[in-house]
Amino acid sequence: MSTAQQELLHLVNRRAFLSRSVHGLGAMALGSLVHPARAAKLATGSIQHHEPKAKYVIHLCMAGGASHLETFDHKPKLAELNGQPMPESFTKGKPIAQLQGKALKVMGPQHEFSKHGKSGTEVSNILPHIAGQADDLCVIKSMMTDQINHDPAHTVFNTGTSLPGRPSMGSWINYALGSECDDLPGFVVMTSVGGGQSQPIASRQWHSGFLPSRFQGVKFNSSGAPVNYINNPAGVNRERQMDVYGAIDSLNQQAFDQFGDPEITTRISQYELAARMQLSVPGLMDTSQEPQHVLEKYGCQPGDGSFASNCLLARRLIERGVRFIQLYHRGWDHHGSVKSGTEKTAQLVDRGTAALIQDLKDRDLLKDTLIIWGGEFGRTPMAQGSGRDHHIQGYSTVLTGGGIRGGMSYGNTDELGYSAVENPVHVRDLHATILHQLGINHHRLTVRFQGLDVRLTGVEEAHVIKDIVT
Amino acid sequence: MRLLTLLILPALAVSVRGAESLSFDRDVRPILSDKCFHCHGPDENTREAKLRLDNREGALKNNAIVPGDPDASEVFYRITTDDDIDLMPPEKMHKPLTDAEIKTLKRWIEEGAEYENQWIYELPVKSEVPKVGGESPNHPIDGFIQDRLSREGRSPAPEAERKRLIRRLTFDLTGLPPTPAEVEAFVKDESLDAYEKVVDRLLTSPAHGERMAVYWLDLVRYADTVGFHGDQNVSQSPYRDYVINAFNDNMPFDRFTKEQLAGDLLPNPTLQQQVASGYNRLNMTTEEGGAQPKEYLAKYSGDRVRNTSVVWLGATLGCAECHDHKFDPYTMRDFYTFAAFFADLEEVGKYSARQRPPEIPVPDPEQAAELAGLELALQRAEEAAQTETPVIIATRDKWIADKRGLLKGELKPAATDVLMIRDQVAEGDKPSGDWKFIGEEEGPAHEGGQSRVQESDGLVQHILGLGRDRVASGHEHFFTMVHLDLNRVPETIMLQVRTNGKWEHRAYWGKDKIPYGGIGKESPAHHHMGQLPKPGQWVRLEVRAADIGIKDGDKIDGIAFTQHAGKAWWHQAGYRSVDDGSDLPAPVRKAILSDAPTKEQLDTLATHFRSVTPLLERQRQELAVATGKRDQLLASLPTMPISRAVEPRMIRVLPRGNWMDESGEVVEPAIPAFLGSLETAEGSDRLTRLDLADWITSRDNPMTARVFSNHLWHLFFGTGISNVLSDLGNQGEPPVHPELLDWLAVEFMESGWDVRHMIRLMITSHSYRQTSSPPEDLAEFDPYNRLVSVQSRRRLSAEMVRDNALKISGLLNPTIGGRSVFPYQPAGYYAQLNFPKREYQPSKDENQYRRAVYTHWQRTFLHPALMAFDAPSREACTAQRPVSNTPLQALVLMNDPSYVEAARHFGQRIMNEGGLLPEERLNWAFREALSRSPKPEESKVLIEVYQKHLNEYSQNPDDAAALTGIGLTPAETNEKAELAAWTSVSRVILNLHELITRL
Repeated sequence: MSTAQQELLHLVNRRAFLSRSVHGLGAMALGSLVHPARAAKLATGSIQHHEPKAKYVIHLCMAGGASHLETFDHKPKLAELNGQPMPESFTKGKPIAQLQGKALKVMGPQHEFSKHGKSGTEVSNILPHIAGQADDLCVIKSMMTDQINHDPAHTVFNTGTSLPGRPSMGSWINYALGSECDDLPGFVVMTSVGGGQSQPIASRQWHSGFLPSRFQGVKFNSSGAPVNYINNPAGVNRERQMDVYGAIDSLNQQAFDQFGDPEITTRISQYELAARMQLSVPGLMDTSQEPQHVLEKYGCQPGDGSFASNCLLARRLIERGVRFIQLYHRGWDHHGSVKSGTEKTAQLVDRGTAALIQDLKDRDLLKDTLIIWGGEFGRTPMAQGSGRDHHIQGYSTVLTGGGIRGGMSYGNTDELGYSAVENPVHVRDLHATILHQLGINHHRLTVRFQGLDVRLTGVEEAHVIKDIVT
Repeated sequence: MRLLTLLILPALAVSVRGAESLSFDRDVRPILSDKCFHCHGPDENTREAKLRLDNREGALKNNAIVPGDPDASEVFYRITTDDDIDLMPPEKMHKPLTDAEIKTLKRWIEEGAEYENQWIYELPVKSEVPKVGGESPNHPIDGFIQDRLSREGRSPAPEAERKRLIRRLTFDLTGLPPTPAEVEAFVKDESLDAYEKVVDRLLTSPAHGERMAVYWLDLVRYADTVGFHGDQNVSQSPYRDYVINAFNDNMPFDRFTKEQLAGDLLPNPTLQQQVASGYNRLNMTTEEGGAQPKEYLAKYSGDRVRNTSVVWLGATLGCAECHDHKFDPYTMRDFYTFAAFFADLEEVGKYSARQRPPEIPVPDPEQAAELAGLELALQRAEEAAQTETPVIIATRDKWIADKRGLLKGELKPAATDVLMIRDQVAEGDKPSGDWKFIGEEEGPAHEGGQSRVQESDGLVQHILGLGRDRVASGHEHFFTMVHLDLNRVPETIMLQVRTNGKWEHRAYWGKDKIPYGGIGKESPAHHHMGQLPKPGQWVRLEVRAADIGIKDGDKIDGIAFTQHAGKAWWHQAGYRSVDDGSDLPAPVRKAILSDAPTKEQLDTLATHFRSVTPLLERQRQELAVATGKRDQLLASLPTMPISRAVEPRMIRVLPRGNWMDESGEVVEPAIPAFLGSLETAEGSDRLTRLDLADWITSRDNPMTARVFSNHLWHLFFGTGISNVLSDLGNQGEPPVHPELLDWLAVEFMESGWDVRHMIRLMITSHSYRQTSSPPEDLAEFDPYNRLVSVQSRRRLSAEMVRDNALKISGLLNPTIGGRSVFPYQPAGYYAQLNFPKREYQPSKDENQYRRAVYTHWQRTFLHPALMAFDAPSREACTAQRPVSNTPLQALVLMNDPSYVEAARHFGQRIMNEGGLLPEERLNWAFREALSRSPKPEESKVLIEVYQKHLNEYSQNPDDAAALTGIGLTPAETNEKAELAAWTSVSRVILNLHELITRL
């Protein structure tokens, strides 16, 4: 905390503005939402069914659909058949996006692969830094999803269904576990671009759906105000802003004394949290105080808005106890030039990802933090000109930390990288596994909505992938 | 908060039930539905052990339930056994029965295990209004509410004090706060109908429609963007205005329903009925390149089933898309037969950019009048251009004779000049470059008293794109008139002709200085004509078509005038053409050559002649102008995608909801089978959307009137009588006051679906008018106030939070309707959008201060201030918004420029209207904002802020200027420090919990 902030906190304290227990805030907020008799049962943090392996989640979303065939799923047979018609037995009756009605030709892998670490995990040569962490990675090569277009596919990955209006993973997890920090939201989202066309990302992806809005993801911006409305109005310095906060607090407190409405207490505590966010967020987002060697490790400059910068911020958020962090890199939609495109995008995400893993490991936080690296789907083994189309029958997602076994791969696609044939993992299985690592039984995390006990994992049976957890 | 309420309702129901007798609907069915129906319910495909418990017949088979004898009932053994294998529900369901539930089931079996049909599927019956304490109540609603309360040994709360009451009413009916004058008038009004007068005033206020529209727009998921992928804009505001007007006109709900579902199918639908039918087009759609049309058609179709069934029927029919409903008697087939009602809509799965056909332009009344005027002018111009006079007839006859002679080779073709440009740019032609025409007084003019000046120190080019291209035939040469300035003679002048969209024909005079076509390269694309013409006089320059490579049949679509340095005046340009009649359109030629032209051929000739004869030049010009004006207005009108019936698409049952599976049965439109069947209209073999709408609003429909009455109750009491507004089925909540809900539903239908009648009924009840201060033991007795022993407090909706601040500040612009508007929004908020990329442009005029119902509703990135206060994205139906309390709400009210500007404007009003002394001003401010005076302790805090900030801002005038400079409206005072200090006080007031709470 900077000296200025300390001074300010002192100022605030002097007004007895923060006299109520900081640690009691979460419970207080919730207590007013439900009848006191029920509060204990529903209190956040209570929906945990077994001993957790992980406390935090970082989802590095390779938005646009990173090609598994150029990153983690090495298919030599593809090279052999390069340029030849795709055998129909692989594609018959499967949904196709932009290649609808076109001649389907095989395209060989566009980059070389090498084996890394003691485990000999195969990683594409365009990801040399991530490859350096090979023995901590668990590569799932048999991912499957339901939706073949970006927007619905992201929605499936985040909410378990393509229907709008459902809570996203980060909201579910915060709803179940609550937040560990009292000056930041429990669910933070950041984005970056580069290396390929930037597909849109809807705020639905971090929305709380029918859960209370306080569980929704808050987007942090790398330029402009770091959080919407986090900066004081022009002409209002910190002290004056605190004067206003203080007067609001005082009048709300008087109203509470008169009416005893618990909703007023919640309001008071939310204003306190807002004031603390105003104090802490700007400092949090300012990475210029990070040592040079750290910036170099990530390969970023303070305030450059890069994926690497966001990775560094993610570490700072984890240190402060933020439960769920999602970094979108919107640059993987390589319908054309998949060779140069994946190389460019890989360069933008490789170093930051590896630095984040290593940095958390160095701080002994990786064991508590489950990192997920992957896109909303993969890409076709068939060429689309010089690129590849969307593909949902088989693709790769990489996990590390948070009680995940490293140095292994799980499942496999067929020899052309088309369908997940060995140990297929549907998105809902990944959801079940993520929740499991956090100590949550996915069957039992439910909320009634429109007559259905809705779960993140949906109505179809989902399975925890037992083989990849320690 | 409301959401969490839902989670724990069963326990609550027990707590308020007391000694009530057992009711299957209220007590037993919810247990069976939640704990048993998943495997022993209506869905045949997942039914275990062939046992169904959702009807008595199934439950009595094989002694599953033996009425009167729990111990002989297999079911009772299964739910009470210690044997893990036999125990039901199985462990893996994670739905163990509670002791209380087991007790209820036991008592039910003991009492004979009677089933009732699910209440929502039975027609509502209007029961007698209960007497209270032996007396007829003053108001039917109070009869039901107070009868129940008295049976619980409770009495209703006293009426709220008047200044509270009018605040409550004004927010509930208009979404706005009352003015101090309105409060005072009501407080002082001693007449018996003082309350009713306020009610009538508010119900007929135009703001009432806006308030009600917000509720309806949430249900039907109205927005200004398409929702999927690029989330592009779509013009739908006419539908929003239709809804506002419908509530303001108190349109009967049955008509409101029919117009939305089938306005296009009504006889001679009005413009507004067509707009209403846009309801069927409000679903999310896509323009994404890789979208499979068939998949998206299936999405749209499913979305309509989900929406229509929830909005009107409170039914989760959407759950039956992939399987029979688990809890209610809807089958999967019902889902698809319901979808088939909408199969006639003209639509596509993947739309072209920004196109959502069929769409119609929707003028407002003023624009409609203007449009009618323009149409009339156009009609007159058309008539004028059709005029037949003896001169025209004679000229035409000669023209025909001449052409006939030419075509037959009897006349020698004459060469004539055809002009492409003269004194002005003709309608439809597109000039580029800095075109400037001058009159005689400014320089040398040619015929017509005009010329066009062109000057430069270097290269300058003026281009004319021709709106209607000419086909080269028999052209001798191209020409232009030019006058070079004696004092500034250009070095080079060039004439260029574009054919077939390409510039490949150029002739130049003077030095070889213009690079087009290549300096030093002689070719038809760069043809040297010789010396410059003599300056200081008009000269006609000519170039042979062949020399610049123009052939017969080339389409001439542009001409350009280029010069290097100097100054020149240019005038008419064109080509000299040999008129041998060969450029006439084939049908015209044929008609001319015909010895006995038919009537049609004569018409063809007359039409063509009118389009070329110089006699009608003026009329043609006027027609072009009139057409242009009409088209311009049309293009400026908001449009609305509407319903239009075409040949219905084939609808199949999609196995497991899989749109690629074509093995399912083909189905026709039908209502859910267990609810009966409809006859097709005479002469038709297929049910239509209108049939569906008729059924939805028929007296035989048990759901619609209950659903809507329950919605209204929720709006005015904070909680539905059945509190799951979107689901009145088995997984919903049995109504707390079933007789009241039914009474309201029947009253609604009997009133002729009179919405305002129902609202008035509810808000004139004592139950509505009671105080919202709960007695101390309420938390014990009825923590969620389901028995309505007091009114309920609640936070204002997102829209009301904004409108309230604007109204108090004096900034509110009360205009009704029109295109959506753009309040200030954080920069870069749309950065995640693409196709196309977007930069948000806030409204720069009084539209900045419109009510929130008009805010541009970007589905994937809803305005963050609205979103913070729980406004839904409107991607899907929202019947109940969650009501949350978050730090982001504090950040919005503290720092959003909309609220800072409102605070400053309010500060200005305080200074202008609030008197002189700070205490006096504060008193005024409280009455404006909160309809009450401040308490001394409140004043003390605020005066302290005022004094301190006045001092600070006096010492920091730049800060004062910065704070009071926020927003579009300028600060109206020189006392910036004073204004800044009052702005601080206003910010405190606009952030108070009380200010955003409806008590």
